Amino acid sequence: MKLRFNRKQLCIPYAVFLILFVILPLLVLVYHAFTNGQGKFTFSNFTAFFSSTNTLGTLLYSFAVAAVTTLVCLAIAYPTAYILARSNFKKKYALLLLFILPMWINFTLRVTALKEILSLIEGNISKYPFFNSVTGMTYDFLPFMILPLYTSLSKLDKSYLEAAADLGAGKFTVFMRVTLPLSVPGIISGVTMVFLPSMTNYVVLDMLYNSTYIMGSLIGSYFSAYDWNNGALISLVLLVIIFIVTLATNRFSEKDSGNRGTLL
Amino acid sequence: MGKSENIIELIDVKKVYDGDTVAVENFNLQVKKGEFVTFLGPSGCGKTTTLRMIAGFELPTSGQILLDGEDISRLPPNKRPVNTVFQKYALFPHLNVYENIAFGLRLKRVINTYRNKDGDEYTKKQKLSRAEIDKKVKKALEIVDLEGFEKRSVSTLSGGQQQRIAIARAIVNEPEILLLDEPLGALDLKMRKEMQIELKNMHKRLGITFIYVTHDQEEALTMSDKVVVINDGEIQQTGTPTEIYNEPVNTFVADFIGESNIFNGAVVGKLKVKFCGATFDCLDDYEINQLVDVVVRPEDIKICSPGEGQLKGKVLSTVFKGVHYEITVGIGKFEIIIQSTSNAEAGTTIGMRIEPDGIHLMRKVYTVNKYDGVITKTNAVEFGDGVFACDVTQLYKGSHLDEEGYLITAGGEKIDLTGTEVCVEVDTHAITMTDDMSSGGAKGNIISMIYKGDHYRYIVRTEENEEDYVLSCPDLWNTGDLVGVIIPKEKIKLTLKATGDDVK
Repeated sequence: MKLRFNRKQLCIPYAVFLILFVILPLLVLVYHAFTNGQGKFTFSNFTAFFSSTNTLGTLLYSFAVAAVTTLVCLAIAYPTAYILARSNFKKKYALLLLFILPMWINFTLRVTALKEILSLIEGNISKYPFFNSVTGMTYDFLPFMILPLYTSLSKLDKSYLEAAADLGAGKFTVFMRVTLPLSVPGIISGVTMVFLPSMTNYVVLDMLYNSTYIMGSLIGSYFSAYDWNNGALISLVLLVIIFIVTLATNRFSEKDSGNRGTLL
Repeated sequence: MGKSENIIELIDVKKVYDGDTVAVENFNLQVKKGEFVTFLGPSGCGKTTTLRMIAGFELPTSGQILLDGEDISRLPPNKRPVNTVFQKYALFPHLNVYENIAFGLRLKRVINTYRNKDGDEYTKKQKLSRAEIDKKVKKALEIVDLEGFEKRSVSTLSGGQQQRIAIARAIVNEPEILLLDEPLGALDLKMRKEMQIELKNMHKRLGITFIYVTHDQEEALTMSDKVVVINDGEIQQTGTPTEIYNEPVNTFVADFIGESNIFNGAVVGKLKVKFCGATFDCLDDYEINQLVDVVVRPEDIKICSPGEGQLKGKVLSTVFKGVHYEITVGIGKFEIIIQSTSNAEAGTTIGMRIEPDGIHLMRKVYTVNKYDGVITKTNAVEFGDGVFACDVTQLYKGSHLDEEGYLITAGGEKIDLTGTEVCVEVDTHAITMTDDMSSGGAKGNIISMIYKGDHYRYIVRTEENEEDYVLSCPDLWNTGDLVGVIIPKEKIKLTLKATGDDVK
């Protein structure tokens, strides 16, 4: 017998995967979020989350850590990527590799090493939790910021810069009016790639402190205490926040790629 | 100022990349205010590099660029009163049409004079006002015929429209010189013709000096007041389009500008030249026996009945080109191309007449290859990035070689020639090319080929020290081919180099 495939049938494996591992779990998540331990529909998890200063504080703290991490990453990555993309240095790929190399080393090893270094410097690392969180996350996510920035800056057509200089712009003006606006797509994808995981990542913090400081660790603690309902709800809240952030950045980058309007 | 009427002047400009690649050399040029000057040459000839040096994107390795008599060769591009229209337009994709054109205006600072309460005058450096910018942008759009396009995104424009915006963006700043780097290269033929005329009109209306770079000889002839033909980083000829076309100074210019028949010829009498086996009257006066290159434009050859005219030949092929026929005629071993409005059937025999003013003579640049060489241990000679077997006995009259390879002079003296510096001369006909790199004494790429009726003249350039071999060969090779250079032992003429004391 001859096997015949319709082209549409080729997507069946992925559809099965999607249903089993994305849609069903999401439904389960929603179910748990809006039920109590007995399986009755309720908003109590919802109200509990938003009325507790403890959980809201964690949310805010996570947000702050993620935001500051993103900014620090951007501040380090942009000049690096700029210099790398603009230099004629022949070994720049080796240099670029140096920034990416840490990603190839086992995560646990990296965080453990960082912990040792930080405790060596600070003595007791629990003294500066915010600083240490940001340091840990920056260390982890920096390559994700450098790479998209490097790509968008090295793709930048040099003739735009020449045209700007030709029209009377000094070096700084060329950067502000041409380089920066044209690298916005790179900034956006870098920000997305750093902000979102640092919102939810808890391994770094968990390994550094073993305590519930941010959203990720909060969810982890609920689930490990078999409190499915509260854990599910917090996950859902996080999901919605990420969805909104993604939507906002997409809108922003669409606007840019359509070349409409001015950014500066 | 008024030091000179030249708005821009290039003096001995030279540009070397990476320490050894010479892009531009001995570049001397004067451009008068309001002129339309075109840099014309094949790709990689250095014309764009020169333009970029005027714009300030590249700094000359040596030499000066004077603008109104002042040296600007070290100024950054934003300090030069010069604007560029880029080959690929380089319109800012994040700005709309209006903002693209206003880009330069927003950065401009003008000095305004005011009067204070006491009636004293004082000056202030100010930005242009919104209304002024608006007015100028509108006017620039009007000049390029794109009124109403202000709010459009540049990515929605066609190539021709982008081109116009690029021009508007440059001229809105009222530069002293407008530089155009192959601005019409990306447009289709019809669009290009239209833009040529428009650019020419724009030049007339604005009165700005235009420096235009192109590899399209027709474009250069149509638009320019002055054409600068460039090859290999050096100016070949500067002149009006008619001068360049009618009086090319060398075979490169003749070959590059328009179609031409190029032959080897010899002057055989007062204003008489012989080529293609016939003698012609000509207008160029050279001494008798001078070897010359003869250039005849295809349209200067008139067809007549066989027996009349100086030449007789058989029509090999004929192609209809719209306005004229292109007829290839074989005259013995020579081939000649004629452009004529009347047709001639292939296979028929025709006569051809060339009037004296249709014959252009040029002193031969290359008749013999000359190099400085050194004799090696094995009695070969090293020159032009290669080693060739040679007959060293010609250096000393009556000498011969002994069994060990030492030279014994007529007087019986034994000389070790290793390291002796010699002058080497090789006739252009003595050199042949080969595919087999290992059998040649040197190897290089063909950088130029010119058809001369019955053979091609090639220039082979070595990679290492850019030594040139000029040679004649009836076979067709391609420019860019890597070939081995073969010179028979007996065709290498050696003479001893004058030693230090003898010089001068």
